[in-house]
Amino acid sequence: MSLLVKGARVISPGDNLDKEIDILIKKGVIEKIAKGIKAPKAKIINAKGKVAVPGLIDMHTHLREPGREDKESLYTGSLAAVAGGFTAVACMANTNPPLDSEQDMEYIYTEAKKIGLVDILPIAAVTKNMEQKELTEAAKLKKAGAVALSEDGHPILNSSFMRHALEYANMYGLIIICHCEDKALSAGGVMNEGYMSSLLGLKGIPAEAEAIIVSRDINLARRTSGRIHIAHVSCKESVALIRQAKKEGVKITAETCPHYFSLSDEELKEYDANFKVNPPLRAKEDIAAIKEALADNTIDIIVSDHAPHLESEKELEFDRAPFGMTGLETSLGVSYGLVEEKVLSLGELVNKMSVRPAGIFGLDKGSLKEGDAADITVIDLSTSWVVKKENFKSKGGNSAFIGKELKARATEVIFSGRLVMENGKVL
Amino acid sequence: MSLNDNKIIMDKEQIKRALFRISHEVLEKNKGTKNLAIIGIRNKGAYLAARMADYIKEIDSKAVPVGILDITLYRDDLTTIAWQPVVRKTEIDFDITGKNIILVDDVLFTGRTIRCALDALIDFGRPKNIQLAILIDRGHRELPIRADYVGKNVPTSLNETVDVSLIGADAVDKVSVRKVGKQ
Amino acid sequence: MSDWKKRDLLTLESLDKDEINHILRTAESFKEISTRSIKKVPALRGKTIASLFFEASTRTRTSFELAAKRLSADVVSIHSSSSSVLKGESLIDTARNIEAMRVDGIIIRHSSAGAPRLLSAKVSVPVINAGDGAHEHPTQGLLDIFTIKQKKKKIEGLKVSIVGDILHSRVARSNIWGLSKLGAKVCVCGPATLLPPCIEKFPVRVVTNLKEALAGADVVIALRIQLERQKERFFPTLREYSREYGIDKENIKLAKRDVLIMHPGPVNRGIELSQDVIDGPRSVILEQVTNGVAVRMAVLYLLLQKEETNESIS
Repeated sequence: MSLLVKGARVISPGDNLDKEIDILIKKGVIEKIAKGIKAPKAKIINAKGKVAVPGLIDMHTHLREPGREDKESLYTGSLAAVAGGFTAVACMANTNPPLDSEQDMEYIYTEAKKIGLVDILPIAAVTKNMEQKELTEAAKLKKAGAVALSEDGHPILNSSFMRHALEYANMYGLIIICHCEDKALSAGGVMNEGYMSSLLGLKGIPAEAEAIIVSRDINLARRTSGRIHIAHVSCKESVALIRQAKKEGVKITAETCPHYFSLSDEELKEYDANFKVNPPLRAKEDIAAIKEALADNTIDIIVSDHAPHLESEKELEFDRAPFGMTGLETSLGVSYGLVEEKVLSLGELVNKMSVRPAGIFGLDKGSLKEGDAADITVIDLSTSWVVKKENFKSKGGNSAFIGKELKARATEVIFSGRLVMENGKVL
Repeated sequence: MSLNDNKIIMDKEQIKRALFRISHEVLEKNKGTKNLAIIGIRNKGAYLAARMADYIKEIDSKAVPVGILDITLYRDDLTTIAWQPVVRKTEIDFDITGKNIILVDDVLFTGRTIRCALDALIDFGRPKNIQLAILIDRGHRELPIRADYVGKNVPTSLNETVDVSLIGADAVDKVSVRKVGKQ
Repeated sequence: MSDWKKRDLLTLESLDKDEINHILRTAESFKEISTRSIKKVPALRGKTIASLFFEASTRTRTSFELAAKRLSADVVSIHSSSSSVLKGESLIDTARNIEAMRVDGIIIRHSSAGAPRLLSAKVSVPVINAGDGAHEHPTQGLLDIFTIKQKKKKIEGLKVSIVGDILHSRVARSNIWGLSKLGAKVCVCGPATLLPPCIEKFPVRVVTNLKEALAGADVVIALRIQLERQKERFFPTLREYSREYGIDKENIKLAKRDVLIMHPGPVNRGIELSQDVIDGPRSVILEQVTNGVAVRMAVLYLLLQKEETNESIS
């Protein structure tokens, strides 16, 4: 069946497109972009007053399959992704067992195809079984479709090992996504180190635990000419290092998450473990620095770091609860706050949530032009909605945004030319 | 409040005479001050106890020990009253065991305060006996309690209240009765 | 009438001056009860208090239980070795179970900061924090302030120095908040490794030199040093710690002549305080223990009375 998106303001920064125009989709691809398209047999999506953008891409999620399907599965993760307006998500390697082989890549692609709601792009581990003893087979993994390599959650702290990993991955054009954390400095820490941690009597994680490894990885990237992508940047110290490295021409890109530019460590007053993430929510001045870095493209993309957990785990004492919050279904709404605050233009937001992720990781996505695979997200900017746990498609209810009112919400999602969400309902 | 519903039933002089008489009766009944001790119930009973001790000294030239009892923690209505009474100190710095205790309060009404006071006192020791001295007995007992010494019997209705003002706590010495509307 | 409005006692940081003073005044009345031969009043007769100690503490637990018993409340004591926490039951599950047994209040000691707060969000009865991680120990703070006030007749303007492991100390935090709210000038002193991050943003003066902390002090509160901190490399040796931060009869001369020496206990004799200082005339360590019962009686009375009252209104 063909689809006709009618009347939307189409914003596709990669194609220099920002106007009210119609999009006709046939056989999974964009057939035509023009004003006043007439297609009597097509299903019409009336998007008057809404915005249509290239399908959103989230390059950092934890879908928990295989191993912890009680927390999330590829299926529920896909549902959550569609509900959040995404047409592609990358899943991190730290499953149980970790995604470290050709078969694992195949498994993810096969399952994603069966589910058929979004593209799920596997990120492979840098080391076998994430044990940091042997490198994974990057050449094979690349062929099998790994979009990047990462030991997310467990940085390679042996600098020599990290150097080799970079040199090797670089040969196959694989980016290493760096979770930057000096584990000795952060040991036992559960929140940002500062006045709030002292007030609450919780052990802090200093910003330097992140910045020291960011600095190391920048140095190694410079030495090896390897490509690094800094995961979940949370503090002003990292921002300054990345900005400087980019000036010097180091092959570096960076991401941050909605919670790092919208929530500070003051939120932890109630000891609610839904606010417990790693890296931790930082201070107000870090939030300001992250916004500035988004505005000047020091930070390239926005990702959710979607990390679902069981309610029984998040109900634990703060220091015993696991790190992480969900994000797929709130990422767009929270990030749209940046447009409202005039940190980013709407086009720049689309860049950071679709165009740039595709560009950095070499995905054939993030654009809207005739002949492209039809991945399109239609967003209602005029709506406002309250985040409710019972409405989540994700198995994880551990969101720090529950009860908050957000603006902007994806109402229609077209994935590979198929309408997978209509009127806010996943089909 | 109009004058009609606030009737003065004792003035300064009448209060003095009543307490003086009670002091005499106490000395007479107990054959002097030997083993005698006076304990006033907070708040107004404490003032009356101190005055009685003065009168006894005036009459018999002997000082008797005086104490103050706070019965808040013994109240049987603690869980039903809508406010939380402020707990204050009990000040009894002598051993009450073997003593003839004159327990003093301003108004005897349901008898529940006295019940609390008896419980509280007995936690302090084992007096030889406890006698009750009251400035005003207004009736309406809910417990089998009666006073050994009474300043004045004042028949009242349940929608009246008896206010005792004593210098030290208030500006003047007087006892008045006023009507309180049922709410 | 009472000006007590709060359901729980979780921190001193969240109380205002009037509330702290109200507890102190109430405690004064309760102190007398412990001097009687029959040390018991019926104020909380028929009430049941659960005392949940997820972390060993004989002193605090005993003090709370005595306080409860002197108010005629029944106490069920659950400590971690006997509770199902070890069997994987979460704090919240344990709490819900205990509440289902219709207790009237919960006293909780826990090694995790914030555990009492978590509990109070899940149960409807008053929760009393008996110490949570490195967060607060409000009744210890109150009994320290009560002891100072009994001795010095005031708090405002006093120079109070807290010496030792401030970083891990919930006693220090409760004292910092309580004392500063009542107008004391609080100074904290310890090795830089044992001072909390951003301590200068607290209402305190911060020094690392013991002499500066002792100079002109009206009150010195020495904190217990956990012996394992040496292994965690917070300081080189216990000997050096004791030499640099131990209070003895020589250096205490820097303080005011009528200085009070306090310690939340148990004291490592000869390390935080020398033998002669502990047993000397300026030490009020045992009075702190005595006052602890009175303060905890006051807290239990104010909170448990209050709860019932609220219910009867609504």
